[in-house]
Amino acid sequence: MNDLDDLYQEMILGHARQPRNFGALAPCDRSAKGHNPLCGDRVTVYLRMDGERVREIQFDGAGCAICTASASLMTDGVKGLARPAIERVFQDVHELATGKSDGSKDLGKLAVFSGVSAFPMRVKCATLPWHTLLAALDSTSAPVTTE
Amino acid sequence: MSTRRLIPGSAELRAEFPILAREVHKRPLIYLDNAATSQKPAPVIAKLVECYERWNANVHRGVHKLSEEATEHYEGARAKIARHIGASDPAEIVFTRGATEAINLVAQTFGRTRLAAGDEVLITALEHHSNIVPWQMICRERGAVLKVVPITDAGDLVAGAFESLLTPRTRLAAFTWVSNALGTVNPVVEMTALARARGITTLVDACQAVPHFALNVRSLDADFLVFSGHKVYGPNGSGVLHGKRALLESLPPWQGGGDMIASVTFEESTWNHVPHKFEAGTPDYPATVALATALDWLSALGWDAVAAHEHTLLAAAEEALGAIQGVRLIGTPAHRSGVLSFTLDGVHPHDLGTVLDRMGVAIRAGHHCAQPVMDRLGVPATARASFSVFNTLEDVAALAAAVRETKRLFGA
Repeated sequence: MNDLDDLYQEMILGHARQPRNFGALAPCDRSAKGHNPLCGDRVTVYLRMDGERVREIQFDGAGCAICTASASLMTDGVKGLARPAIERVFQDVHELATGKSDGSKDLGKLAVFSGVSAFPMRVKCATLPWHTLLAALDSTSAPVTTE
Repeated sequence: MSTRRLIPGSAELRAEFPILAREVHKRPLIYLDNAATSQKPAPVIAKLVECYERWNANVHRGVHKLSEEATEHYEGARAKIARHIGASDPAEIVFTRGATEAINLVAQTFGRTRLAAGDEVLITALEHHSNIVPWQMICRERGAVLKVVPITDAGDLVAGAFESLLTPRTRLAAFTWVSNALGTVNPVVEMTALARARGITTLVDACQAVPHFALNVRSLDADFLVFSGHKVYGPNGSGVLHGKRALLESLPPWQGGGDMIASVTFEESTWNHVPHKFEAGTPDYPATVALATALDWLSALGWDAVAAHEHTLLAAAEEALGAIQGVRLIGTPAHRSGVLSFTLDGVHPHDLGTVLDRMGVAIRAGHHCAQPVMDRLGVPATARASFSVFNTLEDVAALAAAVRETKRLFGA
């Protein structure tokens, strides 16, 4: 059961139970909806911008522990960043979650998602909030899906 | 195949399933996802191999010995499958890749020729996406209206709603025999009779019925009936459309190609007889032959024994899961078959599925290709355990133990 403990670390369970930055942001400058049809995860990301930088970010929706914790930690981690920096963090998280990271980067709390790499079917749960955030930055109106 | 009658749940029957010998995450496989796809007994796998090793050729085409034999086996499977479902005429059996293709075939032939603007197609809120989306597509194309029979909180069709939604504009009623998400067994005989009394064509999705009880298309008297082979211990890529002969003959072909034609010139082609009119291209004949083997294998167990065993498993699962605080059974229909949907408070079904998998227990977590059912019952997803003849009470106990372990891990 060791890889289960790696996946469901206390920080993930804590953020899943009590997500930070949860709830709609109204009014907001940009938003996007994301959906993972495989498991029914739904997440909406709301942004208030300061020029091209994220000033405030919140999310709501219903998802599994991995998705909810990922959204919670993501919203904590990207405030003040503009799109290029956000893309770099997402790339690092993605490499970590898919087991491609060499461990050289300091991801802070986001390092908790390394446990996902033993569960390929769950990678999309962790990345859905990030894809949704990027869509919100682009202000696409079509829902994002992981399929 | 053993000549002795195998007993559902027995070690001897389980030994027929090679996959049950493997481990998952270093634990014995406990397979409770039979409603998604069933595992295959050795005689079915052997039949596939035999087709390729002994009779591999294109059916209905060659003058050579192998093609003759392949054709004999293919048409023999058609006759056998017709007998299994009580059809008097093998020409009423159209082979498809599965139920989804069968429904699309009906939508694209019956729907395209019989639906006019303002006509209605009636389905139910219990349908799998495969019995929703093809009708949505053809209704949009024809300007027809899709109507839906609502369900209760328990997951039963609202009493009287089916009848009251049959109108003079209803051209087709398409409904599932057994809900894949909740296990609800619909009163399909009454439903087909109500439709027939009004001259309305019916289609019954029998995917989740065929693995669990004997069916007879004559007593059911639906115009169309569909099922997938892979859910009834048969191979992937096999499926059946049963249609009444006169109705099939009155429909245009669907896909064009080889085998479905009588003659072809650049000016005009003429169509083969039913069922070949609907079977364009080279069929997966080994899968079809092995599907007939699967139905032989299953029915040889005795339907009473199958039903009794699966009822025992469902009742035990309801009791074992119901005894766990925080577990909610989703759907409590009056008659249930095959599947049990549930949630665990504080744990998303997807997380539950992952933990169970690590304990060797395979279930389905998600919307089960029935998003409208989930929306109606107010859950984003459920965990679903679905049972077959090889499952045991030990499997049920392992499921309950794994759910308790998940609860512990999540502090739920």
